Amino acid sequence: MELPRHWRLQNQRYGLVGEVCDQCGVKLFPPRDVCPSCAEPAHEQYTFSGRGQVYSHSTVYSAPAGYEEYAPYTVALVKLDEGPMLTAQLTDLGDQEPEIGMPVEMVTRRLRAEGEQGMIVYGYKFRPVMSQGS
Amino acid sequence: MRDVSVIGIGQTKVGEHWTTSLRHLAWEAIHAALADAGTEAVEAVYVGNMLAGALSRQQHLGALIVDFAGLRGVEAVTVEAADASGGAALRQAVLAVRSGAAEVVLVVGVEKVTDMVGASGTTAQVAAADADHEAVHGVTSAALGALLMRRYMHENGVELADMAGFSVNAHANAVGNPYAMFRRPLKASSFVKGSMVADPVNLFDSAPAGDGAAAVVLCPTEMAKDMVPSPVRVAASSLVTDAPALHDRADPLVLAAANTAAGRAYHAAGVVPGDIDLLELHDSFTVFAALQLEAAGFAQRGEGWTLAKNGDIGPQGRIPISTCGGLKARGDVGGGTGVYQAVEVVQQLRGAAGDCQVPNARRGMTLNVGGSGGTAVVHILESIE
Repeated sequence: MELPRHWRLQNQRYGLVGEVCDQCGVKLFPPRDVCPSCAEPAHEQYTFSGRGQVYSHSTVYSAPAGYEEYAPYTVALVKLDEGPMLTAQLTDLGDQEPEIGMPVEMVTRRLRAEGEQGMIVYGYKFRPVMSQGS
Repeated sequence: MRDVSVIGIGQTKVGEHWTTSLRHLAWEAIHAALADAGTEAVEAVYVGNMLAGALSRQQHLGALIVDFAGLRGVEAVTVEAADASGGAALRQAVLAVRSGAAEVVLVVGVEKVTDMVGASGTTAQVAAADADHEAVHGVTSAALGALLMRRYMHENGVELADMAGFSVNAHANAVGNPYAMFRRPLKASSFVKGSMVADPVNLFDSAPAGDGAAAVVLCPTEMAKDMVPSPVRVAASSLVTDAPALHDRADPLVLAAANTAAGRAYHAAGVVPGDIDLLELHDSFTVFAALQLEAAGFAQRGEGWTLAKNGDIGPQGRIPISTCGGLKARGDVGGGTGVYQAVEVVQQLRGAAGDCQVPNARRGMTLNVGGSGGTAVVHILESIE
């Protein structure tokens, strides 16, 4: 069981909470405390809107241990409206084929479960934007 | 700094070695390399390995391997940089000899992937990515390759079939390599029909993981000339890092670490890309071959794929790559890869590559990449006039 490592990340996993660099103002997700652009400390928290676009995507057929039961599933690089890119699964696609440039929004979903007795790991996934301007 | 040369090489066949353990594979390669060098007076051993902790439940490979190889007591340590571990270990060995800290040094790259079956190999490999921000979302090494490939195809108007030339070349070259995992040709028409691993990466696009070990013996060039008939000079060695997570790179389609490592190596060797007679690159997926040709200065951004399409990468082409099969057909030896690449270039420069021989090969380059591009190691090797 890897409880501490997931618990430690709850703010970013559930709330998409990242950081703003004190010095150059660049927005960071995942939070990393040291700005990769200017190497200055980034302490101020910033909550992302959860809106973005698909930069690239792939449907995984050969899954790693712990994810076999979910295969095939679609992973993506999502470019957030505020700048940074992250890796996440796409969900709620229905009949829609994922596409580069597709507008998506963040939802909280189950990432994996560690057996019947084990921990359930929740976190962000992204779905096609349901309605404009909501 | 002292000039450094390769005086011995050894390798095992890459494949599923069900009856052979990790330490045994390493010993076979070490034994062959020491016999080739004609010496056993090794002062230090650098081990390149990525997966033993996960797949063999074995760490502490330095002590384990030298003990098993009859070298108990010799300084030995593992160097880890994911798939670039072998190249990184080679670089540490080069630095040890250059600095004068040691005279004769051995590097062994070893991987044992068949000790566990099922999804454990896929799981172990993705430890090269960011566990908290990539792997937790179910990505695999193939998925990271696929994310790059889809974007590459999108930006450059490339079709899946356009990438076939990389795998076709690798397989054609492996036919002549007795150490290769898959010594059979691949038709371009079959390439697009491979079963899907992570869309758009299919089975014929991705390198098969195999067990294997390769070893290289180094010493000062001054000493090398008296020890073996045809030593091979290490003209350059460089290692550069980038963000390990694909999403943290400003432009994921630029392998910045590979670009900088190649640039430093060209500068150190006093050469330009056109002076390189062959390139062993890290073709774990075809898109990586294309991106690395671009990063190393053999093609403009977005045009690496055209080299495969135009036949520029074959043994007689402008820049021969994967001359002994590459990762795609020799087999992906994980953390051993960088040492296999060096062994293959040395064979070429000695004119001893048999059916894989590139005509008039005088200078070869290795490009060993860890994870999706977080580490890049470049070595330029030259035959001594």
